[in-house]
This record gives sequence, structure tokens and C-alpha cells, in this order.
Amino acid sequence: MQLTFNKDSKAPGATALEDISSLVDLRCGQAAVLESLEVESDLGRRLMELGFFPGGDVVAAGCAPGGDPRVYRVDGSEIALRTETARFLKIRTSSIRTITPPKSTSSRS
Amino acid sequence: MSAGDSCHNLAEPSSTIGLDPSVRSLRHYVALVGPPNAGKTTLFNRLTGLRQKVANFPGVTVEHHVGKARTTAGREVFLIDLPGIYSMEPRSEDEEVTRDVLTGAKPGIGQPDAVILILDATNLHRHLLLAAPILSLGLPTLVVLNMADDLAKRGGSIDPAALAAQLGCPVALISAATGQGVDKVQQFLEGSSARPPATAKRVELPILQDLPGCRRWAGQVGSDSGYSAPAPPIWTRRLDSVFLHPQLGPFVFLLVVISVFQAIFSGAQPLMDGVESWITLSGNWLGAALPEGVIRSLLIEGIWAGVGSVLVFLPQILMLFLFIGILEDSGYLARAALIADRTMSLVGLQGKAFIPLLSAYACAVPAILSTRTIENKRDRLATILIAPFMTCSARLAPYLLLIGTFVQDRPLLGPFLHTQTAAMLGLYLLGFLAAIATAQLLRSTVLRRQQSVFVLELPPYRMPNLRSLGLRLYDRAFVFLKNAGTVILLVSACLWVLAHVPYKDGQPAKLEDSVAGQIGHAIEPAIKPLGFNWKIGVGLITSLAAREVIVGTLGTIYGIENADKDDVNLQQALRKDLTPAGAGALLVFFAFAMQCFSTIAVVRRETGGWFWPSVQFVYMSVFAYLSAWGTFVLLSR
Ligand SMILES: Nc1nc2c(ncn2[C@@H]2O[C@H](COP(=O)(O)OP(=O)(O)OP(=O)(O)O)[C@@H](O)[C@H]2O)c(=O)[nH]1
Ligand SMILES: [Mg+2]
Repeated sequence: MQLTFNKDSKAPGATALEDISSLVDLRCGQAAVLESLEVESDLGRRLMELGFFPGGDVVAAGCAPGGDPRVYRVDGSEIALRTETARFLKIRTSSIRTITPPKSTSSRS
Repeated sequence: MSAGDSCHNLAEPSSTIGLDPSVRSLRHYVALVGPPNAGKTTLFNRLTGLRQKVANFPGVTVEHHVGKARTTAGREVFLIDLPGIYSMEPRSEDEEVTRDVLTGAKPGIGQPDAVILILDATNLHRHLLLAAPILSLGLPTLVVLNMADDLAKRGGSIDPAALAAQLGCPVALISAATGQGVDKVQQFLEGSSARPPATAKRVELPILQDLPGCRRWAGQVGSDSGYSAPAPPIWTRRLDSVFLHPQLGPFVFLLVVISVFQAIFSGAQPLMDGVESWITLSGNWLGAALPEGVIRSLLIEGIWAGVGSVLVFLPQILMLFLFIGILEDSGYLARAALIADRTMSLVGLQGKAFIPLLSAYACAVPAILSTRTIENKRDRLATILIAPFMTCSARLAPYLLLIGTFVQDRPLLGPFLHTQTAAMLGLYLLGFLAAIATAQLLRSTVLRRQQSVFVLELPPYRMPNLRSLGLRLYDRAFVFLKNAGTVILLVSACLWVLAHVPYKDGQPAKLEDSVAGQIGHAIEPAIKPLGFNWKIGVGLITSLAAREVIVGTLGTIYGIENADKDDVNLQQALRKDLTPAGAGALLVFFAFAMQCFSTIAVVRRETGGWFWPSVQFVYMSVFAYLSAWGTFVLLSR
């Protein structure tokens, strides 16, 4: 079962296709607005319970030596995900911004 | 599970209270609920005076525990400590336990009379997500905002009274670790504020199925109660930039592990010598005080030699536990799981399985229980089946004895790494590799790979609490001493008897001809190819109960054998009986064999039948035998 949780009721086609990328494309210290979670509904639920909400901020905080899994900062906590999962968490490319590392990076919603 | 090994007692808390349905209606049960790592068990321990395991990673508690608390006014309340949950929709077995207790589906408890919802005040918005489903249970609820000390230190704040008005239930801002504000929890238990204050209007809870809606609600409630989030944990970020550094991270890890093992060998040596000389002295004293005869022989050569030879290893075992305790309490364990995920995925497991595997370095029994946090059933089973390969603390005593006896201690990398340490590390690595290989085997045969997802929350680093660390070591030492005073003492005494009967002409049989000797000789053909003689064989039989028993057994056998000589220690006696190749084979055998009743029992319980424990036992025994044989053949060429 595949479910898509969209940020708003807007049809998925409303955003230009090339504007969509995934969390994997975030480099360390970059933040972006989460657009949708294109994962199985059970997992989507758990990810939301951990703070991955469409419309919320996600910061790429780092990764394990070797590059996988990656660590994301969402909603006040740090969550590790494998690349194979992060790939299905979509962001809008235009929302990517760089956060200066030592500064406060807490994402208030 | 009453078979004695030195480890299972943590998993089977004798101190918590059994649930008797007949008295249920007379008792007041209060459940401690909250997201993982919010501090539920810390509060539980503080209120009940018990010592359930607290550590800084999500998923420490995997069973419900009941404990009795007495309020300041003398009321008796039964607290239920529960595994952490994110919502009322469980994804793993530990979460199911909590859901079942809360809905009254758990037999014997029924629905709790009240709930204490514990949330981490430093991460309030997300933790408030759980408030909606818990409040909608309709039970009298106290919301506890824990970690008040941390919140204040990092410059955050919250108005508990405003939050109470928003949620329609009492709210207490506390620090379970320091005890600040816990009196408000006592008041709640007293019953004075079990009901919502009369002034509170009925609050609108969001629709639970609509998670984004719930999150908006949580955010609104939070900001309406004047919540200002604390600054991010700076130290956690700094430490992670070292520990998760691509090159530095693994290097630091290796450095720490090596120095710990070096410390176990050289640092614990004075302590060990102290214990040893104390045992020798007291043995001599006892020997001098008792008249020559059967009793003296039983006490000195049987029991003292047996129990004493195990007691010597107490300092080293405690050092290992100190290290594991620091790893768990600091929050590094979750990072270790993250780093290990890559390796684990090669054999079809995920990094989360690494947490039980790491705790199996202490003991396989709690490790097998903690696999409950693994969501995927096949992942969980595979982890249960490989966990006993990890080098548990019960293997430490035979390892230390054999390595100390047969490996020349020379510096290998300067003073930093000695040959004995290297041998020890090699054995730990061997166990880990056997586990990984077995996982691979399982994955390609019976437990074919299923899609499994790795999602892990990384807690902030915390300073390990010295008091709780100290108490844990104390408990550990107590379990070890109790085990030495019961199981090992009993085995030593029985063995002494078996080594002296049958009597002929009023004289005890010679060791070789005694019942123990005959049993040993009976299995000698089977173990001869591994380079073991009948005495080792007797040790192998007794160590089926628990691994460290072999040390006690050998102590007793050599104690009897050398009764007439003064001052022959275990090491010298062993060198006469085992070739280095045989010692290598024995080490390998211990690395792989499943000699532990408690582990078998817990695998049966967690897999729901005898099938998997039998498969596991046979597999590990065959594996151990063949590898020991191979080692012996290789080394004796
Ligand atoms: N600074 C601070 N740390 C705390 C406080 N309460 C608990 N901790 C720490 O938080 C961590 C988690 O505590 P636990 O009591 O094991 O948490 P839990 O909710 O039982 O966790 P699970 O059993 O995994 O669900 C431990 O490292 C505790 O020492 C507190 O009030 N202040
Ligand atoms: Mg707990």
C-alpha cells in the first residue's frame, strides 16, 4: 500500500516536477521544507510521529562514517534514516537553504 | 529462570511485584506512559525505590514492571513502568505491551486507574503529540514535564499552570533525575488531584487519525502555554562532530575499546591480586583452624578452591560493566548503532539490532528481551538467534584464565596494546564474526530478507549519573557473589563428593577412579580430538549450566589433585594438563558454544516454543565442536 501525504490539498502536479527532490539531496548544514512522504502508510505514520511533517523544516545534520545512514534534525530531535528511506521523503528544491553550522539550527514550527 | 549465571537477574526482576488478579480490585494502579527516553523509569525508580534499568537511548524498557510506591501521607499505590511509545499504534512488541496495558487487554492487570504521562520538556512540541491519544483514554491523568533541569540550563521555559488549563488536567514540571518537583507527583498519587480541576473546561482534542492536525494542535497548545524551546544541545553537536566523523569516529571508537581491554588486563591486576591473596590467606587460615579430615578437605580443596578461583575475576567483570554502563548512559550506544548499520545491512540486519547485540556483551538474556524493539519479526528472530555468539561477561572468567595461563604477555604496540589484550580482542571479534556469519546464513535460508526500515532517534549526550552507575555495579557485584555462593559453591561441593566416592576400605577413591573421574573418562573419547583430557571434560559438563562454572570446577579438581602440595595455583596445574593448542581449542569452544540455561529459557519464552532454542543449541554446539577441533588440528601442527 502506497500512500502519499501531501503538504496541502493541492494536486501533486501543481508543483513543477523539476522543483521536487528528496532529503538525500540535502547537504550537511542545509535545510528544506518537507513536501511529502512517499512511503508506505505505516512507516509514514511513524515518521510523522518522529517529526517528519509535510510543511515542516528538515535540517541535514550529518551522517554515519561512510555516508549512510543520514541524520536529520526535525522538530527538536535528531533522527537517523537510511538513504533508501530518505529518498522517498520529498522536498521542494526551491526551499533549500544553507544554515551556518555553529548558529542556532533549531527548527521552530 | 532460576538457573544461576551471573547475568540473568537483571532481566527477571525479583523485586517487582507479581500480578495477582484476586487482589486487583483492592489496588490502585497508576501507569507511567510516555515517549521513549522521556525518563519514565527514572521516575519509577525514584517513587518505588527499585532499580530498573535506566539508560540514555530509546527502548530500554521492554516489559511492564510493577512496583509499590508509598506517598508521603502513607497511601499505597502500584506503579506500572511501561515501554516507551510514540502513539497508540504499536509497531513493535514492546509498544504492544504498553498499548495492551493501557487498554486493559493485558491479563491480570486490567485497565490502570490513572495515568502519569511523562514528556520531555526540552522537546515539548513533539512529545505533546502523545498527549492527544492518552488524554482521550479518559483516565485521570497527570502530565509530567520531565528534564526541568535540562530545560532551565538550556534557557527554555514553560508555564505548567497555563498548560494545565490548555489540557484540562494537572501538569507538573519536574526533574526525575534530581528529584525537583517530584512532590507534585506524590500529591497526584495521593489522589488529591486525580480529577481535572473543576474550573477546567472540557478541552477539544484533535482527531487522532489526523496526525498533521494533532501536530498543529500540539504546537498551538505549546505556544499558548508560553513554551519557549531550549537552545540546541551544543555539547551533543560538538561530540557528534567527533564521534560521527568519517575517519576520526571509527578511530576514536577503536581507541576506546582497546584501552578498555588493556585496562581490564593491567588496571584490574592489582585489584585481582588483592582478591587472590585474600582468598589464599583466608583459605590458609581456615585450613589451620580446622582439624585434618573430611570436612577440612571439603571446605578447602572443594569449596574454597572452586569458589575462590571464580571470585578472583570479580574486579575485571565489574570493569567491563562499568564500561558498558558508561556507553549506555552517555548516549553513545545509539551512535554505535548508527555506525554499525552499514555492516549490519550487509547481512540483512539493521543498525537497531546492534543495540541488543552490544548489550549482549554484558549478558545475552536482557539482550534477547530487548530485541522486542525491533519492528520486523524476521529481523527480531535473526537477532535472537545470533545474540548468544556475542562475548558475554560469563565468558570473561574462562577467557581470562586461559589467556593469562597460555599467552605470554609482551608489548605488541608499545605499552598500549599487549599480546594478552590482543588475544582477548581477537576472541571478541571471533564471536562477533560468528554472529554475523550466522545472520548471513539465516538470511539466505530460513529467514529470507524482508523489507525492513531503519529509523533511530539519537538522544542528546548526557553525563552518566555516578550514583546510578555505582548502584548498577553494586547490584552486579551482588549477583556475582550470590552466584558464587550458591551455584558454584553447590557444584564444587557436589563435585568434591563425586571425586571422593566410592570409598574402598574406608579410603576415598583415587581421583581417576572416582565417579567424577569415570564420568570424565566416559566422555573423553568425544573430546580427545579437541585436545582435552577428562578433567576438562568434567568442566565442560558442569559449564553447561553457566560458563564461568568451568573455572570453579577446574579449581576444585586441581584443588583435590594437589591437596598434598603447597601452593600450586590453577595456572600451573592447567599448564601441565593442556597444550597451547588444546587451550586454543578450549577458547574457541567457549566462544561458540551455547552453555547457558537462562539463555535457552529466554529464547523459548520470546520465540514461543522449543523449536528455535533447540535449533540454536544444536547449531551452536556443532559449530563450537567443529571449530575447536579445527583449531586444535591447526595449532598442533
Ligand atoms: N537531565 C536529566 N536527565 C534525565 C532526567 N530524567 C531522566 N533522565 C535521563 O534520561 C535518560 C532516559 O531515562 P529513562 O528513565 O531510562 O527513560 P525511559 O522513559 O524509561 O526510557 P525507555 O524505557 O527507553 O522508554 C537517562 O539517561 C536518564 O538519566 C531528568 O530529569 N533530567
Ligand atoms: Mg524505561
